[in-house]
Amino acid sequence: MEQFEPDRLSAAQLAAMRRSLTSGRGALTRRSLLRASGVGALTLAGASTLAGCGIPPAKREGGAAAASDDHSDREKEIIFSNWTEYMDTSEDEKSRPTLDEFAKRTGIKVKYTEDINDNVEFFGKIKPQLAAGQDTGRDLIVVTDWLAARIIRLGWAQKLDPAHLPHAYANLSPQFRSPDWDPGRAYSYPWTGISTVIAYNEKATDGKKVDSVTQMLDDPSLKGRVGFLTEMRDSVGMTMLDQGKNPSSFTDADFDEAIGRLQKGVDKNQIRRFTGNDYTSDLDKGDLAACLAWAGDVIQLQAGNPDIKFAIPAAGYITSSDNLLVPAKARHKANAERLIDYYYELPVAAQLAAYISYVCPVEGVGEELAKIDPELAENTLIVPDKAMTAKSHAFRSLTGEEETAYEEKFAKLIGA
Amino acid sequence: MTATAAPPQAPAPAGPPVHKPSVRKRLVPYWLLLPGILWLLVFFVLPMVYQASTSVQTGSLEEGFEVTWHFRTYWDALTEYLPQFLRSLLYAGTATALCLLLGYPLAYLIAFKAGRWRGLLLVLVIAPFFTSFLIRTLAWKTILADGGPVVGALNAVGFLDVTSWLGMTEGDRVLATPLAVVCGLTYNFLPFMILPLYSSLERIDTRLHEAAGDLYARPATVFRKVTFPLSMPGVVSGTLLTFIPASGDYVNAELLGSTDTRMIGNVIQSQYLRILDYPTAAALSFILMAIVLIMVTIYIRRAGTEDLV
Repeated sequence: MEQFEPDRLSAAQLAAMRRSLTSGRGALTRRSLLRASGVGALTLAGASTLAGCGIPPAKREGGAAAASDDHSDREKEIIFSNWTEYMDTSEDEKSRPTLDEFAKRTGIKVKYTEDINDNVEFFGKIKPQLAAGQDTGRDLIVVTDWLAARIIRLGWAQKLDPAHLPHAYANLSPQFRSPDWDPGRAYSYPWTGISTVIAYNEKATDGKKVDSVTQMLDDPSLKGRVGFLTEMRDSVGMTMLDQGKNPSSFTDADFDEAIGRLQKGVDKNQIRRFTGNDYTSDLDKGDLAACLAWAGDVIQLQAGNPDIKFAIPAAGYITSSDNLLVPAKARHKANAERLIDYYYELPVAAQLAAYISYVCPVEGVGEELAKIDPELAENTLIVPDKAMTAKSHAFRSLTGEEETAYEEKFAKLIGA
Repeated sequence: MTATAAPPQAPAPAGPPVHKPSVRKRLVPYWLLLPGILWLLVFFVLPMVYQASTSVQTGSLEEGFEVTWHFRTYWDALTEYLPQFLRSLLYAGTATALCLLLGYPLAYLIAFKAGRWRGLLLVLVIAPFFTSFLIRTLAWKTILADGGPVVGALNAVGFLDVTSWLGMTEGDRVLATPLAVVCGLTYNFLPFMILPLYSSLERIDTRLHEAAGDLYARPATVFRKVTFPLSMPGVVSGTLLTFIPASGDYVNAELLGSTDTRMIGNVIQSQYLRILDYPTAAALSFILMAIVLIMVTIYIRRAGTEDLV
């Protein structure tokens, strides 16, 4: 057998091979080596940065981690974040009488910002600092129950010193004294109470009264003109009450049942949409004939539109509150406590309640309120009487797991 | 700064001048690139890496999130929210087409026929930008209100019967229907279509039109054979500038839509802020990015973009 012997390469071919190795596109030059190793290094570095990124547990143990060095004595100031339309202003809207009075009396300057528009967004905003154990730049924030509960649960709120809160302790109305998420109000005090009621535009319903969730979901004359709220606890809680369930102690099955009931309303186009604060303009124009609404808004709407009416369902209504909290690492805790206490003095509380027309969480405010406007003192949406209080129900607090599971189901319901 | 400053005049060396640029000179382009690169690194690359990492993590807010290379999140997110993805692409596509239909004649008019009104018309196109995006969108709620004149007129001419039949509206109303969302998107992104169209139309030499006329082309033929092909760069960049942001938009669907008009942007927002499922939110963002990237690549390849503006 003849062995195969390749032709020897010609000198020109050898030269070409050499050339292609040292120059040209496939050349193994210093540059291409660098490039290749660069890509390799980037891939490796990329993978390891990706792996190293993780988000540490949000929970901080114990109150000690949340506590901060209090600079209250040296720095006479407070940075206070609140919702819009949640503070009394003078006629020309240039000053805030109760805050000015506080500054005059205590010498503490309040930097007041209305930078809270939405609980979930606000949480998204402050979460990174709180999770990293840093100061949020705010000494006092106002958030709704469930978010206050979450912030306390995560160890991101500072324990308040009862010695600094004599008025608050004495005057807090019993209805708000001991929520299940902050027994005895160790971390929080309510700024306002919120009643979730049914509001309707009498012009849009042709004079018909709408006073139950069942009617909202079944009355064919309201088809496509019914609104619910994107706050899960309000929409689901009101539906539970309508189904005879208790939102303060319900089971997974009860929750699913309420979601199922609302889903039917969505499927047959009875429900027009789920809204945040923007339901007010829809209701005012009559695009929404009936919707769940926050009582304080209803009072403000009624001032401009006499067709807006509200009803307290016979089955009861959901009550919640917006709460003052001192976030972890805040620099001026003692000052913040003084401000909380100040707003629990009866004349101050009355002045605030008269302006913002939400439920006043201060016991015995009626008399002071009557001095400002007797009509307001009679309004059970601002100062609830016994019958109103008896019908109010709070949505129970949820564990982290429950919260995720329920919010997911609710998100499916509202379309995302 | 010092490196970009002109070097002091060195005494000229003896002998013939050397043409090789100095090291310093060769570095100039890189110095010019530096600010842009740094910007992109900090505000684009780093967040992308962070989000990419988040998308393969598992955990919860309480327990913290750890990278577990859980790629299934992508598959789960895609299958779970496929309807919202398709809806986003459909709405964005429709809005882009409407923008082109509305924007082209207007851009053509401003470029060729407006005369001394040109400046004013351009200002009017940009004028809506002087108010906030939110306010503009909220204004549509008033315009399209159920009892309002617009809806009344549309009802009177039977337009809403047609759109109802197409599934774009619901009974006698426009608000809280797909039509309202598409209208909002079209309105909000229209200037992004008009401006590139205008800038590429405006550059066309009108003598080409005359030449085509001299060669007995009818006006329609002139448009088809001369004007439109020459305005292609504007069409391509206009459609991209409209389609890409529109497909990720969530404000219009939130304010003008209802439960069954929610787009993928709404899902991402809700996953991130409400459910606190950061991995799913990140994965959804990457899927959206990938889909848009693929669609845009195919589109650009087919449309040809040698001289994209």
